[in-house]
Amino acid sequence: MAEATQMKVSDEIAITISNMNKWYGAFHVLRDIDLTVNRGERIVICGPSGSGKSTLIRCINALEEHQQGSIEVDGTLLSSDLKNIDKIRSEVGMCFQHFNLFPHLTILENCTLAPIWVRKTPKKEAEETAMHFLEKVKIPDQANKYPGQLSGGQQQRVAIARSLCMKPRIMLFDEPTSALDPEMIKEVLDTMIELAEEGMTMLCVTHEMGFARQVANRVIFMDAGQIVEQNEPEQFFNNPQSPRTQLFLSQILGH
Amino acid sequence: MSDTNQHSASFVRTESIPEREPPYAASGPVKWARDNLFATPANGVLTIVAAYVIYLILAATLPWILNGIWSTSSLAECREILDGTTGACFSVLSERWNQLLFGFQYPEELYWRPSLAFLLLFVAAAPVLFFDLPRKLLIFTALYPFIAYYLIWGGTILTPIVAILGCVAGGYVYQRFVAGSFAAGFFGGIVAALVVWNLGGLLITEEANEAAVMTAVPSRDLGGFMLNMMLGVTCVSLSIPLGIALALGRQSSMPLIKWICVVFIEFIRGVPLITLLFVASVMLAYFFPPESSVDLFLRVVIMITMFSAAYIAEVIRGGLAALPKGQYEAADSLGLDYAQAMRLIILPQALKISIPGIVNVAVGLFKDTTLVSVISMFDLVGMIRGPILASTEWNGVYWELLGFAALLFFVVCYGISQYSQWLERRLATDHR
Repeated sequence: MAEATQMKVSDEIAITISNMNKWYGAFHVLRDIDLTVNRGERIVICGPSGSGKSTLIRCINALEEHQQGSIEVDGTLLSSDLKNIDKIRSEVGMCFQHFNLFPHLTILENCTLAPIWVRKTPKKEAEETAMHFLEKVKIPDQANKYPGQLSGGQQQRVAIARSLCMKPRIMLFDEPTSALDPEMIKEVLDTMIELAEEGMTMLCVTHEMGFARQVANRVIFMDAGQIVEQNEPEQFFNNPQSPRTQLFLSQILGH
Repeated sequence: MSDTNQHSASFVRTESIPEREPPYAASGPVKWARDNLFATPANGVLTIVAAYVIYLILAATLPWILNGIWSTSSLAECREILDGTTGACFSVLSERWNQLLFGFQYPEELYWRPSLAFLLLFVAAAPVLFFDLPRKLLIFTALYPFIAYYLIWGGTILTPIVAILGCVAGGYVYQRFVAGSFAAGFFGGIVAALVVWNLGGLLITEEANEAAVMTAVPSRDLGGFMLNMMLGVTCVSLSIPLGIALALGRQSSMPLIKWICVVFIEFIRGVPLITLLFVASVMLAYFFPPESSVDLFLRVVIMITMFSAAYIAEVIRGGLAALPKGQYEAADSLGLDYAQAMRLIILPQALKISIPGIVNVAVGLFKDTTLVSVISMFDLVGMIRGPILASTEWNGVYWELLGFAALLFFVVCYGISQYSQWLERRLATDHR
């Protein structure tokens, strides 16, 4: 693992995916995926739509079931046992394209719900933690509003804070900026960059190539359910090897 | 702001335009009438026609109501007083008031008991309906079914106490084992409750019931609007949880549970309620062991509850389907287990969407309780059709009696409807 950026990556392994396959009915979405993620590593996954990149990270916290191969998260092998799955999910935070905040709860309640019910944290402590992370994403003053009263960018930052309140060891981002206006994309990316600088292990599905260059230690390009190419960002963007990657990059960076 | 009038190609706004009030529009009743009643000639004609129709209706009914007689003891006497003029014989209501409310067999000296139970119903329902009230009041709500049972049916106090003990035992066993597995807790709880009830049942003897401080009143003596209220309240409060369970069961990934729920819902929905009620009154006894005599009231409650639960389940299924998939995924991704995700995330939102539908079913159910008059239970309609209209004094007073029944049901149903609208406003947090 080359040290692409100044941020450190440990030798400890966070996620191991080996020979993983997934089908939707007869459709083979993910094919022979092998991937090892070290603790502190920041990986950006890109590729055309339908290439299986979202499905891949959704398999890591078992939102999608894989049919073959194995996924090991934080030393726990992902099995169909519900307790096991809930344990892994509580260690892995996830942010969605459409934020998926709970509209019937205030921002603060959104953030304290999982710590209180899953971690059994006392309410007061959970609220303090929540306020800490809301300050971190720079919206402590919105704590008592409802998600519907916030802008898209604010909602996505709340979603990040909500995940962080569980003190996850790994964060998954599923196109976190795809549903946002350009002005709001920046505020969300800033939050993610800050998180990366603190050494969080991150897997991001995103089309923000600037973010990939700045933050990632590794960029993975997927097409048709396979990992086509992976490399450190410098090499990936300046010297792509596979013709498919070259075509993709020329299309998204071409204008 | 006059910069824009100079027809130059370049323009730079130096200050933003301040917010202003909308232009002052004429207001007052004249303006309102012009906008709403006489906006166009056709509109004006409609208004006049509608006003005339309203006048005709009032002209026919008002004298009838205002000229009503309240204090005679038979229809013949009432007609004599009216002497051919238009007027209602409301005296049937005042003379048969107690029968209309309590039926004709409930002991007169005990009317205070169901009346008290009715008043306490409001205290018990308040914390459920208005959740801003202190949560401690729910303790009374939990005890209310037992208190109401004791007040209405009387008998030995051991009956409600054994019932409470059974529930407590069941709850305790459930709490104890639910951490291990939900099925163990659930079925363990039911078994524990049944054991306590059966053991407790040995303590309750016929003599104890007869010697009790509160005179025992058998179910067949219940009647009047009281019976409608009892059936309505019991069945609504039982069918909502059952409906939620059926709706969730229908979505279950376990095929056995799913198919049990589907078959139950489809079968019950496909059968007329009146058929189910006949089953309750005649056939259900065949399914119970011969020595057990399950009360007719209980049998009817079971049937109406199953009937409306099937409808409520489908309404809630609609609410569940309306939630974006992302809500389930977000709940899952935070590590909430199924029960937590349902209770904290999914059901609060799905039930909110389902409020109009649930209220629709609840109102329908409440009115359907009058169908028990067909299986010779003397509810409000049963009293009117049976003992009152059949009596020599009041044979032929239809409008007053049925109008009164309609009014009572309207008041309750309108109240439910208003409450549900308040609830929807109260729960609106999406700020659309």
